[in-house]
Amino acid sequence: MAPAIECRNLRKTYDGKLEAVSGLSLEIQPGECFGLLGPNGAGKTTTIEILEGLLAPTAGEVKILGHTWQDNPRELRERLGISLQETRLSEKLSVRETIELFASFYCQPRSASEVMEQMQLTEKADAWVGKLSGGQRQRLAVATALVGNPKILFLDEPTTGLDPQSRRQLWEIVRHFQQSGGTVLLTTHYMDEAERLCNRLAIVDHGVIIAEGTPADLIDRLGGHHVVEFSVTGNGNGQGVETWRTLPGVESVRDEDGLFSLNVREPHRTIPALLEVVDQQKAALLHLTTRQASLEDVFVNLTGRHLREG
Amino acid sequence: MTVAQQAPPAEIEEPTSAPALRNGRWAGYWHVLLARMRELQREPEVVFWVFGFPILLALGLGIAFRNKPADLTNIAIIDSAGAQDALAGIEHSPGQAKIHAQVLDSATALKGLRLGKFDMVVEPDGKAGFRYHYDPARPESVLSHAEVDDVLQAAAGRKDPVPTTSIANSEPGSRYIDFLIPGLLGMNLMNSGMWGIGFALVDMRQRKLLKRFVATPMRRGDFLMALASSRLVLMFIEVALLLGFGVLFFHMRVLGSYLSILFLGAVGAVAFGGIGLLTASRAQKIESVSGLINLVMMPMWIFSGVFFSYERFPAVVIPFIKALPLTALNDALRATILEGASLASQSGQLLVLILWGGISFVLAVRWFRWT
Repeated sequence: MAPAIECRNLRKTYDGKLEAVSGLSLEIQPGECFGLLGPNGAGKTTTIEILEGLLAPTAGEVKILGHTWQDNPRELRERLGISLQETRLSEKLSVRETIELFASFYCQPRSASEVMEQMQLTEKADAWVGKLSGGQRQRLAVATALVGNPKILFLDEPTTGLDPQSRRQLWEIVRHFQQSGGTVLLTTHYMDEAERLCNRLAIVDHGVIIAEGTPADLIDRLGGHHVVEFSVTGNGNGQGVETWRTLPGVESVRDEDGLFSLNVREPHRTIPALLEVVDQQKAALLHLTTRQASLEDVFVNLTGRHLREG
Repeated sequence: MTVAQQAPPAEIEEPTSAPALRNGRWAGYWHVLLARMRELQREPEVVFWVFGFPILLALGLGIAFRNKPADLTNIAIIDSAGAQDALAGIEHSPGQAKIHAQVLDSATALKGLRLGKFDMVVEPDGKAGFRYHYDPARPESVLSHAEVDDVLQAAAGRKDPVPTTSIANSEPGSRYIDFLIPGLLGMNLMNSGMWGIGFALVDMRQRKLLKRFVATPMRRGDFLMALASSRLVLMFIEVALLLGFGVLFFHMRVLGSYLSILFLGAVGAVAFGGIGLLTASRAQKIESVSGLINLVMMPMWIFSGVFFSYERFPAVVIPFIKALPLTALNDALRATILEGASLASQSGQLLVLILWGGISFVLAVRWFRWT
């Protein structure tokens, strides 16, 4: 079976100068939920729009369900559901009218009522789009993508700007689509979203993939599954990163303006040793937390920057 | 060589749930048209600008320039010997209703002329003749000069060598409102074609709605056709409203066939739709397309004979004016509505419209940006 989505050495330059995507390759299997994770401006949207056939790549090849975009674009579009990063649907049409409009473009669409039911929009069926909340609009955007009964769902930052409850509702919808056999490609700059939803993901920065794998894999590569964060008075008396690096079980250390974070394998061995050092230096702990390592840590480790910093 | 050349392309797999519907070839076209009509109908401003405004304009201008009796000529006669004879001559003349004369002293009369209170001043020269003071730069003064001279000569016993009769002609068909309504119709078709297509498309592009549409299997040609069709439906209503208003309110007479008028309206609406499409083919922001649309329409508002005849412009520019699409549409509408001209006699105008619309459409389709 051909991969659902496949691209090789994708490049995109705007106006011959700015290289938004510089040599990106991906292979996504049917039934997978794949995430493109990265800060704003990393090239996620450019990549997904090239895969969606909405932008022509400067170089590289794309295959969707085994077909290129030159083969028969309309035939291919019948099998894709797309939600763009930001589409302002017509405000003066009702939810039902909007879904029916999109349904009319497909040969064999699902019924609008069924999609509204699934997206929890039935109550709002006759409300104008202009009157919907952010979460409802986003669900409507996904509804217009699902009404064509797609094999692949492309979601570009589906939950950006949504409240936590709306985000969870959308996650449920994506999971449901995947469970019924669909393939999902989504972009996000939320780590928790990628960790919860995606089977595999690629971290994108400056138009290239800097790491790829399952969320657990990527976290494994940090060395430690746990993060110990602390700060001490006097910044450890000029004690550099090296002091902390030698503590038992520490895989890596980062110093962010006096807040140290250690990736550790076994916090129960590292923390007593850490306290001892602090004590010897006659310093005092200002802050100490431990937590599970997240994709955010992976990203910071790879780039030295936080995701939101862009 | 790619991997897929060895492996057969993925088969179209069975849908995960049985499709509830099967759409026909034209489902997309009808739904876009329906959505467009719904949106327009739900936008009160659009309803006003497309339908209400032209009627208000016709009403306002029709009343302002309604046919009044010709203006009275106001003259003064300088008080001297012979002044009373002149006054009597004017008051007893058959046309005296149009001339209002009064006898005043020389200084007051000449001051009144300077200030425009009097159109002319008659000064008896004391030898049974008159001197006329008038301003050759003021049309009403020149008119007054001719009229008063005529009356005074007749009163003095002039015999006209040829008997003449004048017939007042202010029947429906030759009034300003009759000239105006076809012009407003043409202007309205231009306005709503340009805005209805040009503005609407850029608005959809700016909202990324066009991009969202082309991300579906929507047929792009059908989409543009549906937009054009929505213009035709509106055109039908616009023509019916404005003509109906002229007929009912101003007792306008429509001499041409309604079918010809609708045909001209359709050609005009589609031609301006094509020009609107061209203006909208690249613009990313509604601000920039608004400027472009106004730039395109402005010369036609002025030159194409909406409110007054373009024959008033110098003869050298008239061929250029006649090449403008709105001039062609207005001329054809006037000839058809007011004179009952046949479509065949308007083939020149139709050709101008078709060329403008056709060339714009071809260029627009070549340049059009969906994203």
